[in-house]
Amino acid sequence: MAEQERRQTRRSDAPQEQEGAATQGTHHAEELTEKIDDLLDEIDSVLEENAEEFVKNYVQKGGQ
Amino acid sequence: MREPYVPAVLGTETEFGITVRNQADFNPVVASSMVINSYAGAASRIQWSFDEESPGRDARGFGYEPPPTADYESGLVNVVLGNGARFYVDHAHPEYSTPECVDARQAALHDKAGELVMARAVLAATPLLGAGQRLFVFKNNSDGKGNSYGSHENYLVPRAVPFSDLVRHLTGFFVSRQIFTGAGKVGGENGRPAVDYQITQRADFFEEEVGLETTLKRPIINTRDEPHADPTRYRRLHVIIGDANLSEVQILMKLGVTSVMLAAITAGSLGEPVILDDPVDALWRISHDPTLRTVVRTAEGASATALELQWHYHEWLAKHVEEHGTTDANLEALGEWEGVLTDLEHDPASTADRLDWTAKLRILEAYRERDRLRWTDPKLRMLDLQYHDVDRERSLHRRLAESGRMRRLFSEAEVHRATQEPPEETRAWFRGRCVDKYGDAIVAANWDSLIFDAGEESLKRVPMMDPLRGTRQLTAELLERSPHAADLIQALENDLRR
Repeated sequence: MAEQERRQTRRSDAPQEQEGAATQGTHHAEELTEKIDDLLDEIDSVLEENAEEFVKNYVQKGGQ
Repeated sequence: MREPYVPAVLGTETEFGITVRNQADFNPVVASSMVINSYAGAASRIQWSFDEESPGRDARGFGYEPPPTADYESGLVNVVLGNGARFYVDHAHPEYSTPECVDARQAALHDKAGELVMARAVLAATPLLGAGQRLFVFKNNSDGKGNSYGSHENYLVPRAVPFSDLVRHLTGFFVSRQIFTGAGKVGGENGRPAVDYQITQRADFFEEEVGLETTLKRPIINTRDEPHADPTRYRRLHVIIGDANLSEVQILMKLGVTSVMLAAITAGSLGEPVILDDPVDALWRISHDPTLRTVVRTAEGASATALELQWHYHEWLAKHVEEHGTTDANLEALGEWEGVLTDLEHDPASTADRLDWTAKLRILEAYRERDRLRWTDPKLRMLDLQYHDVDRERSLHRRLAESGRMRRLFSEAEVHRATQEPPEETRAWFRGRCVDKYGDAIVAANWDSLIFDAGEESLKRVPMMDPLRGTRQLTAELLERSPHAADLIQALENDLRR
């Protein structure tokens, strides 16, 4: 199952990259930016708000 | 002539970071205990036994004998789960040890099951918090302020393998494997030079080449020798140098490739070991360079990048596997490893669908660009932490995995099942099933024994010294015909008399 998925991922990725080098380069880059923007929006909605205070207070003593 | 290949038994132990927001008197031991007790409920009554074992006498790996004088009250919270895992408070952290597994894929699945158990425990403990408080548990290894907590791997290795062989071969392997085992971290610490971003959580904390310590002056090769099995036949290699990984592919690779390294060392099929000139120095320098261009020196004066070292090991292991074979899980791990090394060589960012350190870096770079953040901005450190949050909603890793941006190996159903079902091929099966079925009658447990109060005058101790016994195949029928703990003890006594 996972094995198959991996092969499929590789197969579908490879031609995209080759084409990307030629005419579809810009289009591919735009698509990637769009995808990462979606991801950041998603993360914004769950990211801990008071980062500075949280990070400052996060202290873990006594670990291996 | 060395012993023939022995099926490997392996597992992981993970210490999690913990904090409670808006709790002025936050105490990590109290919070950790609360988390574990909330999940375990009634099972928390079974204590962990710290007794030393004597080798089991039963050929199947268990028998019975009177327990030693009872000194197994530990005071700390220690729970044995129905899947054979140990869930407990260690130092000031909640910790999860997987049950004994027989291959890298099974161990990776149980490592992920530990995360799910922890996530459920956090939910279970949440109603106990005060107004405005919130509990956070992170599967990472550092607070960014010079304090680290461990993520250990354990591999059963034949005693016949000289420890010096392990040290000579594994040091160079561990120093360079971080390029595919790293979980990534913002900043440097513990006296190492400042750095924007580095490949691992742990590299800054290693200060010795070989040693017994795990909490200070941590060594690259840890010499703890506590096999929880027949010590004349086995040692347990306790690997303390890895990062806690979220990526399923990465956990599989880390455990599988290391397993094959150990099999190859056992078989004596590697060439002259790669001896590094200064392994401790090489470790942090490799970690501090996400471009992977850093060159380290060998004792003979040659120089190599971590990638080149890994390709060197790859060549050896491919040859070993060709001659000696290995498990399907290890073959899968080796295939992933080859793919990752190839992709890292081409462009590290192309591994962001598989490696925690490149996936995290991708998010951080995108935030830096969009919000024009400096590397020292606390928001980046928050993103780093939250990548590791065990909470299903807040975890950034989970966002990536659920949206298909990172590859998965296991379905939700498989991971859920692993929180309930022990591996069938090790003694974890007997332990887990006994906890489920006779939980009320078990007063203490540990890796290699169970102690029953079956209503008789004395407690009965059932030793399980062989990790590859107590399997489903060997004990299912016995448990089937024993409705109560007393029946089980009686059946074991009868079997011994025969």
